Amino acid sequence: MSAPELIDPKPRIRSGRTRRKAERWSWMFMRLSGLVLVLLIFTHLTVNLVLGEGVSQIDFAFVAGKWADWWWQVADFLMLLLAMLHGGNGMRLLINDYAHSKAWRSALMGVLHLSMVVVIVLGSLVIWTFDPCPVDADMSLLPSFCEDVLQ
Amino acid sequence: MWLVHRSTGVAIFFFLLIHVLDTALVRVSPEAYNEVIGAYKTPVYGLVEAGLVAAIILHAFNGLRIIAVDNSTWALRHQKKLAWGVWIVFAVLMLGFLPRHLMHVFGGA
Repeated sequence: MSAPELIDPKPRIRSGRTRRKAERWSWMFMRLSGLVLVLLIFTHLTVNLVLGEGVSQIDFAFVAGKWADWWWQVADFLMLLLAMLHGGNGMRLLINDYAHSKAWRSALMGVLHLSMVVVIVLGSLVIWTFDPCPVDADMSLLPSFCEDVLQ
Repeated sequence: MWLVHRSTGVAIFFFLLIHVLDTALVRVSPEAYNEVIGAYKTPVYGLVEAGLVAAIILHAFNGLRIIAVDNSTWALRHQKKLAWGVWIVFAVLMLGFLPRHLMHVFGGA
């Protein structure tokens, strides 16, 4: 008696899972970035929405107070990058699953890639070029430490 | 659960696009940022935010369940219980978060 001959499954088109190596990377990335994002986002939500006065505390001074510390800049940059790549990759899988016509598919992919690039570049610039104490701003809107900086 | 993961994922993705754009206003001026972020503190947005937090909790813990089921045969055998676990963790966290958040949104505190 011999084992039955195994036939290669038909190459699947859905979700673009035909490029095996790339899709394996995508699979790994979703799980690893997902784990890191759970930590980053729950910290983000706890600090911004639960501790202190919750959503009512959020204003320019609150953001400036956080980004004056480099570790919040690093954490938020990492969150931006991983979230956009994780979300963008997820949207790519959905487009592959649901956009059946070729024209739709490439149009949606184009919009997706463009929005990912714009948001990652814009967000990174905002985080890394941020000035907590703009010179010409209304003092009452700035974090309290700006009084020493701008004197 | 498959549908929950997909729909919450899409909702979170679109919020993320908007959220990066509104936060980018800190680079325009403190006034511009405060005005737009002020909208998040209104009752309507307060409820949308609550929905967003709900979506994030579901997506996060269902994601952890998927990782567990992919990596351990124990989790695979108990995957139905784990799916219930996702909903229980979701209920507990929302019960903790909602009263506090709604107080901030509606109590003016």
